[in-house]
Amino acid sequence: MRLKLLFRNVFRHKLRAFLTIVGICVAILAFGMLRTVISAWYAGVNASSSSRLITRNATSLIFPLPISYLEKIRGVNGVREVSYSNWFGGIYIDAKNFFVNFAVEPRSYFDLYPEFVLPEAQATAFFRDRKACVAGQKLAKRFGWSVGDTITLKGTIYPGNWDFVLQGIYHGKNAATDENQFFFHWSYLNESLKKNDPRRADQVGVYIIDLKHPDMAANVSEAVDALFRNSYAETLTETEKAFQMSFVSMTEAILTVIQIVSCVIIAIIMAVVANTMAMSVRERMGEFAVFKTLGFGGGYLSMLILGESMALSGIGGILGIALTFPAARAFAEAVGQFFPIFHVSLDTIFMDIGAAMAVGAVAAMIPMWRVIHIRIADGLGRTG
Amino acid sequence: MNVIEITDIVKSYRRGSQRIRVLEHISLTIANGEFLSLMGPSGSGKSTLLNLIAGLDQADSGSIRIGGTEISTLSETGLAAWRAGRVGFIFQFYNLIPVLTAYENIELPLMLTSLSKKARHAHVITALSLVSLQDRMDHYPRQLSGGQQQRVAIARAVVTDPTILVADEPTGDLDRQSAEDVLELMDQLCTQLGKTSVMVTHDPRAASRAHTLKYLEKGVLSDAPQAAVSECLQT
Repeated sequence: MRLKLLFRNVFRHKLRAFLTIVGICVAILAFGMLRTVISAWYAGVNASSSSRLITRNATSLIFPLPISYLEKIRGVNGVREVSYSNWFGGIYIDAKNFFVNFAVEPRSYFDLYPEFVLPEAQATAFFRDRKACVAGQKLAKRFGWSVGDTITLKGTIYPGNWDFVLQGIYHGKNAATDENQFFFHWSYLNESLKKNDPRRADQVGVYIIDLKHPDMAANVSEAVDALFRNSYAETLTETEKAFQMSFVSMTEAILTVIQIVSCVIIAIIMAVVANTMAMSVRERMGEFAVFKTLGFGGGYLSMLILGESMALSGIGGILGIALTFPAARAFAEAVGQFFPIFHVSLDTIFMDIGAAMAVGAVAAMIPMWRVIHIRIADGLGRTG
Repeated sequence: MNVIEITDIVKSYRRGSQRIRVLEHISLTIANGEFLSLMGPSGSGKSTLLNLIAGLDQADSGSIRIGGTEISTLSETGLAAWRAGRVGFIFQFYNLIPVLTAYENIELPLMLTSLSKKARHAHVITALSLVSLQDRMDHYPRQLSGGQQQRVAIARAVVTDPTILVADEPTGDLDRQSAEDVLELMDQLCTQLGKTSVMVTHDPRAASRAHTLKYLEKGVLSDAPQAAVSECLQT
């Protein structure tokens, strides 16, 4: 009876209930999408390994480091393996087809990044062929590439047209792995530079260090940087997480704005639902007085109101959460090149649920208080 | 044996900075199975007195004993529990819950008891048969006429087998025939089932169905003289 009464009251004014539910649904959808954008922003940070360090030029990331540092770094106590990469910045056909592309030392790089899973035969072919490249499966799918295809990138940092043969398509070990990247041989780039622009040859963008144990991160960082102190290219070594965070912090203001907007959306819908509940309860004050007359306590009635508010928010919230998934998929397809990892996380769903429940609870507060405190005679509108 | 014993009660309301005395030292006894009608002009305090008898409001001073329970000392929670088991209410505008069917409206007071669903069903069916509305049990209030709605309200009032019934203008919103049916039903509840009823009314015809008639004017209670009944008719 209690539930029957609750749901019949929720849908007593069908249009009002429908509009309120739509409002909550849209708010939760918007909240969920904004939280997913924030998560996507942090995807690189979250996917980083605690056992990997990044060594870059201490002055700025845009200045390279000499390849001669490789063996010195490899000799530092606590280092298991070292690899290196260069940001290539190549364009495929048109600038709008943006994707991440790196020149890497293939064997060590794929050894350091086990999350990039490449079939053995493709790995062997990639390692053997200097002009070979590999792409993530989302990237390959996006451009319809197959193994064996020739892919030409137009260099922006390194001018000219660069031809590669796609020898492998990797997939991610888990959902957090970026499958939109493109890798090719650093030696291919370097040999070309030696011929055409020797001043830029034998240099790498960053070194990636794999530690024997994550606990050694601080000592190894210090030791590596000490090796090159007072050299013409001093280094800055930090954890991969810190390195990724430095990119995120460049856009911190945008993230802060997104976070504020997501909270404002919830605050607005809270006010809207509170107004709906206040109207609904005000119209039924006489009924609540009848309930009290019959012996129902303020606690019972306030729980009824809370239940109605939670039911409205719950229905709107569930619809909003359900719609977040297709909306996120559509968004990912539209701007996947900027947000390679764009999926609705469990954390976001929990936050959606929390937000919907908070809306329901806060919206019911004032009506609950009014019903608890209403005098029966006033509610029935009959005195003397 | 007296079911209702009211001794020297005073009730006032605060309106702004003023305190308005509504009931002046009222004393009244009502015997078991008695059907008492309270008449008086608007603002005379009859609904206030009814509220006090029904435990909906508290007097400033004096004593109200209903069925041996001193209700003027009960807390709000205590009063709510007492009302649930001891008082049946009949309102002028029926005050049925519009989202519940006739059956569910009658079942509502039983939700506060420990009765099983089966027992509740038996009680509701008995109450429905008492008001001859078994065939309307699945109808919502908006699907019933005024008279039928008031009969559902009477069924709701008696379903818990209360000690007293209080009715505030129970025929005020009904046509003559429906009013007659409702009064007949109330009379039966008193004479056949021994329910003690207190009814506030402006309608002398309704009042004439009661066993006892009391008149309230400016907060003072008296036996209703014929002149007062006539005056009430005119106002």
